[in-house]
Amino acid sequence: MRLHQLTIHEARDRLTSGEFSAVELSEALLERILAVDNDVKAYLTLTPEEALAQAHAADRLLGSSQERPGSLVGIPLAVKDVLCTQGIRTTAGSRVLDNFVPPYDATVVARLKAAGAVILGKTNTDEFAMGSSTENSAFFTTRNPWDLDRVPGGSSGGSAAAVAAAECLGALGTDTGGSVRQPAGFCGVVGFKPSYGRVSRYGLIAFASSLDQVGVLTRDVTDAALLLEVIAGHDPRDSTSIGLPVPEYAASLTGDLRGVRVGVPREYFVAGMQSKVEEAVRAAVDVLADLGAEVHEIGLPHTEYALSVYYLIAPAEASANLARYDGVRYGLRVEGESLREMYTTTRGQGFGPEVKRRIMLGTYALSAGYYDAYYLKAQQVRTLIKADFDVAFEKVDVVVGPTTPSTAFRIGEKSGDPLQMYLSDVFTLSMNLAGICGLSLPCGFDDAGLPIGLQVMGPAWGEEQALRTAYAYEQATEWHTQRPVL
Amino acid sequence: MKLSREQVHHMAELAQLALDEEELTLYQEQLSAILEHFERLQNLDTAAIPPTATVLPLCSVMREDDPSVSLSLEDVLANAPEAEEGCFRVPAVLE
Repeated sequence: MRLHQLTIHEARDRLTSGEFSAVELSEALLERILAVDNDVKAYLTLTPEEALAQAHAADRLLGSSQERPGSLVGIPLAVKDVLCTQGIRTTAGSRVLDNFVPPYDATVVARLKAAGAVILGKTNTDEFAMGSSTENSAFFTTRNPWDLDRVPGGSSGGSAAAVAAAECLGALGTDTGGSVRQPAGFCGVVGFKPSYGRVSRYGLIAFASSLDQVGVLTRDVTDAALLLEVIAGHDPRDSTSIGLPVPEYAASLTGDLRGVRVGVPREYFVAGMQSKVEEAVRAAVDVLADLGAEVHEIGLPHTEYALSVYYLIAPAEASANLARYDGVRYGLRVEGESLREMYTTTRGQGFGPEVKRRIMLGTYALSAGYYDAYYLKAQQVRTLIKADFDVAFEKVDVVVGPTTPSTAFRIGEKSGDPLQMYLSDVFTLSMNLAGICGLSLPCGFDDAGLPIGLQVMGPAWGEEQALRTAYAYEQATEWHTQRPVL
Repeated sequence: MKLSREQVHHMAELAQLALDEEELTLYQEQLSAILEHFERLQNLDTAAIPPTATVLPLCSVMREDDPSVSLSLEDVLANAPEAEEGCFRVPAVLE
């Protein structure tokens, strides 16, 4: 197997045994990027010099008998370009931040570095993480490594495509309504959004603060557990990060599902979904049952309202968060006759169509006369959606369903119709609204050879249950070993 | 729920967004369609349901007031479109 195709845990074992050096591994990845990224377009910014310096440092640690190397020493990773990286351009996929160079690292980036990881570069994203395809990136659209005419999903589409195309061993993404899980599903990799509060958001460029959470994209479940273990935990700089101890996630991967209660929500199999997706997910549930899980049909009765609730709450929060882009302290400034004209032209010209659409929508939902009918109403229905999961998790340990209603769509297919685009997130939005965790992993392919995602949801702080279930399924199947040909 | 052009214009004003006529037309159509989709929420009786603003238990998070090093002035101003004498510079507010 070529070096760039290794998983994180395989590379870690071989680095430790001295089979190859961290520099050799990083060079192999940089070569791979040169060979395929012209087609895939996963990266917005590459940092080869910094990466090789980090790899040299990793080799020194690996060769030293005094210091115990961190758990990711020498592992080449990618970071979604909504996470601040000190001294490295961070754009959020927006013209507004085209030349923004953060003076500090996001906590998750600092934790990767402290664990010895090598950061290869910053990956493409829909502008301010608002989108489901990377078509809203101000720079270019990333392509799905399984079919270059199709989207990789979004908004963490650059990270998902980079992992699928073996342009990094793992990556960080962010998930506000499915932005880690949906692209993981479309690209045939593992994507894990932890519970809200599990991972620090310090240094994450804010989109919707009550929903945003940093997640991981990897080639298998073991790697997802390893990466999450590094980035999870309380951060004094994020008052919404919770001070619960971080379990050793990798230790929960036993392969044993005996006695695990799996809920299958009837609302996640709807008219209009791709038949092959339903077939693959039903077959996956059968595999879980064969492995000893008890399968129960459950109801999540408010699922049909999740899309409306999400697209009121997320834009409302975004309209407030994005008020900071005013051309004063950082980012784009377009000059105007007055201060106000400078604000409005900077924002009018700097933001792309989807970001403006959401700011408008959020402004409307929060405006006098409409607040109660839209924003307050959405928050009340959010309570009902969360209660659905509270009831479900009294009866079951995990909930399992499809990640998306269909496989990756064609570039341009949905970009003219925002509502159709929003509907591709219909099965992932509820977990953010409820604050619970969710993981997508490969469970088959459709007739066009495109990957299908299985979503495994755990309760808040139930990452171990979700990982354990996903791992048992992965070990019993071969889907995760399939790779796109580039 | 059909939005009027005046409403769309008013939202753009509130959001400090300079939009051209074409954008106003587009958003009038698209936002009207999206809001119409949201009408289904009105079918639910939520009179007795408290709103959820955050999934976390609400509490004040306190920390020790320990002085520590913060970013340098140079770092803070490094990304500013225009800076002068250690300050962010903007067009005149008062004539």
